[in-house]
Amino acid sequence: MTASPILHVRNLSTRYTVKRGGKMHEVEAVKQVSFTLGRGEVLGIVGESGCGKTSVARSIIRLTRADGGEVLFGDTNLLTARSDDLRKLRLKIRMVFQDPFASLNPRRSIGDSVAETGDIHGLFQNAADRGRQIDKALRDVGLDGSFSTRFPHELSGGQRQRVGIARAILPAPDIVIADEPVSALDVSVQAQVLNLLADLREMMGLSMIFISHDLGVVGHVSDRVAVMYMGRLVEIAATREIIDRPVHPYTRTLMAARPKPDPAFRIKSGIEIGEPPSQFERPAGCPYVNRCSIATARCAAEDPHLRPVASDRLIACHNV
Amino acid sequence: MLHVSDLSVAIGTRSDFTDIVSSVSFEIGRGEILGLVGESGCGKSMTSLALMGLMAEGGPWIRSGRVVLDGFNVIDMPPYRRVESGHGGIAMIFQEPMSSLNPVLKIGEQIEEALAVHEGLAGAGRTRKARELLEMVRIPDAALQLGAYPHQLSGGMRQRVMIAIALACRPKVLIADEPTTALDVTVQAQILSLLRELCDTLGLSILFITHDLGVVAQLVDRVAVMYAGRIVETAPVLQLFEHRGHPYTEALLSCLPDPARPLRRLTTIAGQAARPGAILRGCAFAPRCPKIAEICTIEAVPYAQLSSDHHALCRFPLARPPS
Repeated sequence: MTASPILHVRNLSTRYTVKRGGKMHEVEAVKQVSFTLGRGEVLGIVGESGCGKTSVARSIIRLTRADGGEVLFGDTNLLTARSDDLRKLRLKIRMVFQDPFASLNPRRSIGDSVAETGDIHGLFQNAADRGRQIDKALRDVGLDGSFSTRFPHELSGGQRQRVGIARAILPAPDIVIADEPVSALDVSVQAQVLNLLADLREMMGLSMIFISHDLGVVGHVSDRVAVMYMGRLVEIAATREIIDRPVHPYTRTLMAARPKPDPAFRIKSGIEIGEPPSQFERPAGCPYVNRCSIATARCAAEDPHLRPVASDRLIACHNV
Repeated sequence: MLHVSDLSVAIGTRSDFTDIVSSVSFEIGRGEILGLVGESGCGKSMTSLALMGLMAEGGPWIRSGRVVLDGFNVIDMPPYRRVESGHGGIAMIFQEPMSSLNPVLKIGEQIEEALAVHEGLAGAGRTRKARELLEMVRIPDAALQLGAYPHQLSGGMRQRVMIAIALACRPKVLIADEPTTALDVTVQAQILSLLRELCDTLGLSILFITHDLGVVAQLVDRVAVMYAGRIVETAPVLQLFEHRGHPYTEALLSCLPDPARPLRRLTTIAGQAARPGAILRGCAFAPRCPKIAEICTIEAVPYAQLSSDHHALCRFPLARPPS
């Protein structure tokens, strides 16, 4: 990671109002999340379903409206930017989604889908230039130009995800936010897409936020890893640190539960690690208090803030 | 406990068919977990549906094979006959418990339904048995939870309920088709440990179907790797990971990202997975295989025996047979 961050996220909070049992409930999907993304860095965000990792991604580019905090890209706060400024900024910060089939229009050709952003923003000088740029984006993701006349249903899952990535990189962005980009793919295809993302990072000098529930994948691609639990960022450190020396009790549980592809190291059976509580029954203090083996009275009363415990490690826990 | 031999499942008509599961043979011992692993479309789920007799009219059909459970060939028995004959003994759980549970019935009623059909129980005894089953799958406050509806339970708890229903018919074999794929890792770890416990305490045999080699490494005793409708390698789990014999197994394992070796360039498999039945001559993996020889595309491949319980469908296996 280089010295100057390209993106500052400060105290980002996003709430949803959900109707349940005839009553309106407020769910704190993202609660006071802060981190920076270094220039050229890949930051992994890992956590279990419902922990708020996707909401962080969507809030950053304002696909979901945040309720508080700021997201600074250069001098601009994305959360308060005027809508025409925001549209321009979205050329610089692009998203890749999990299910490429759901994010491609089945009735548009691959070429039209890849060019869509460029068409909207007037990025092409003429039809020939448009064709050239589509061709280049497709070649950059390892597909040849002939794909531009095909349709999504003719493509395999891996090819569709490559198209999703081509759409993202066409306007030469600075940041790519990839939300579970390989979760729907078989391992052999997953490996191809992970290699592709690594190549593009190198070639285009991309910074990346890489979201996944899979610690193996996140650990593989990221320089630093942020761990989320119930809307809170509970630990952030260099990838090796998180993998080799997890400190927060939740990170430790997550690491212990990961099924390592090595039968010589089996998870000890009988570890009772509980399940996350419902979003509607959020504990008053630390969200992890009910599952934590080192919780004290203070943890039940007071939600710990993220604080530095080493030069490059932040942890939200009263007891470590 | 379960012997499957030469099982083939075909699509098409009796005179013009394509095998999508092709001469699959394996056995599972009492209390043993066999992992059936492969990528999407390799035929692993179709194999399990064939074992269960869950073949819809007009769909894929069993072209050949024997499925011998505890000494009885059950392959030609329709599911209801299996129940009546008492040799049924194969239960199944699926990836998404919510789509297998009835959303408008309490879970107690759904477990009792299975008990009524399979065990002929009624009244208070049936309710007590249902509670015992919930306790067996480690659901806290079992008596209270009998009155819960599926939507009131978490994904992990729902999968436990599915296991309880499966156990209601006292099966000898449980087929678990990607039972933890939709679950978070911490919940997955608990379900895997429950399945292992059931094998040890009840002597249950499990056919565990998954695409996840991490889960295979953590749970199973033996592994069968499937590719394009065929089992290409079988071995005890440690042996498979340490001395993989088939180039496809080797390729699959080297595709896995390893957080201990970050940013390493991952090995990939050239080309696309062959559809079952797409390659009629020679080895289905040959077009993608780094070790391909001319003979691989011409002649049918025999199983190479690499040790007493390690076989690979390859002419040039990576692990050498003991001399």
